[in-house]
Amino acid sequence: MSIYLLCLIIFSLGIYCVVRKRNVIKIIIGVIILEYAVNLFFVLVAYRVNGRAPIFSAEQEVLNMVDPLPHALVLTAIVIGLATTALLVGIAMRLYEKYRTFDITKIRELKG
Amino acid sequence: MVELYVLLVLMIIGALIAIEIKDLLSSVIAVGAAGLALSIIFLILKAPDVAITQLVVEILALIILVRGTLKRDLPFSTTGRWLLNTIITACFVVIFLAVGMKCFKDLPEFGYPIMKVAGTYIQEGLQKTGAVNLVASVILDFRAYDTLGEATILFTAVIGVLAIVRKIGRKKVDEEIREEDEEEI
Amino acid sequence: MSREREKGMSLIVKTITRLTVGLIFLYGVYIVTHGHLSPGGGFAGGVIIALSFVHLMLAYGKEKAFEKLSRAAASLFEDAGAILFLSIALLGFTGGYFFLNFISKGQPFKLFSAGIILPCNIAISLKVGAGIFAIVVALVLLEFELEEEKKEEKKGKR
Repeated sequence: MSIYLLCLIIFSLGIYCVVRKRNVIKIIIGVIILEYAVNLFFVLVAYRVNGRAPIFSAEQEVLNMVDPLPHALVLTAIVIGLATTALLVGIAMRLYEKYRTFDITKIRELKG
Repeated sequence: MVELYVLLVLMIIGALIAIEIKDLLSSVIAVGAAGLALSIIFLILKAPDVAITQLVVEILALIILVRGTLKRDLPFSTTGRWLLNTIITACFVVIFLAVGMKCFKDLPEFGYPIMKVAGTYIQEGLQKTGAVNLVASVILDFRAYDTLGEATILFTAVIGVLAIVRKIGRKKVDEEIREEDEEEI
Repeated sequence: MSREREKGMSLIVKTITRLTVGLIFLYGVYIVTHGHLSPGGGFAGGVIIALSFVHLMLAYGKEKAFEKLSRAAASLFEDAGAILFLSIALLGFTGGYFFLNFISKGQPFKLFSAGIILPCNIAISLKVGAGIFAIVVALVLLEFELEEEKKEEKKGKR
């Protein structure tokens, strides 16, 4: 149970960073930390004590494997996280070009 | 499981450094260190597919982030009402942690998952698909719709980045304005 | 006397890049084609293939990388990967339903086993690799107006 508590601490650190920081790059780093925490939680749920990696081997001595279903979900989620990061950095670079700053309290106009 | 706890604490320290430090390049490198610790945690939890993908994708995210923050380092100062904002956020985080721990009591204990659907995948996977790697058979044979959706997401992301970065033609607007001025004269 | 600034990084980085870029590409191809026998699959292998081209671009400058994989070729590979993946899925209709595994499953532990999984892995790796290379090239080539004006001033002063 304490392992789940550590994972939840990483998640709340990500939320603190997104809510509280004023620099756009820090907000992007907060989103990345959030994604790390969620992927870690999925793989933690799938673990089995004294299990093996879900790949068959030539000599079949034991059939005690960890859960392969959350591994498939996390594989998809990691690549989606990369797409999100690339789009966020593109938007941040466009914001810097227009307003000459990364500070979100100085970006006030709604016109594009 | 001592190494699992040590690596988790290392990840928390890396995330704290990435959040609090003022230099942008150093915080990006700290996030990279946290991602590397996460990849080793995936190896300890017997998930080699996920570990390879996490390591390679995190290297790519580092390259993109460093390109975005190069030569644009600004020191900034925190202005008024800083104490009130921090106290409110800290209270919110504490309440969130307490409620979350109360919810997690319903989960099965760490290490003994309930495998109803996955039991069928393990027992019939080799015979029905012929693949030795069970995660590949789950991705591409039992749940192939999700992989189709993810290919669509990557396609949309590429189109989105190319649309953001593209230069809108500004010279044509200036030339039109000059032509109007000449006609007026 | 003006010496043109050499593009790319220092000599040590260029030498090591020349030695290792081919090996990185070969490793990516190995992880893609053995996706059903050992850990890996299409996504990790595609990203490794894209990383080899990005490595070439970072060490030598973007003209050298465009010689190896131009922008039109990257667009072509990405479209080919997506269309190949969809057509394999639609061909399942010959057997009964969408995404049916219609190629015969050979014996396990051989390279040509597991029916539909090997062509799907190759299609996905083409799509992911070319797409991520296009993303990184677009983000690196984004030049701002201020930087362009500075470069024009420098050329004017010379």
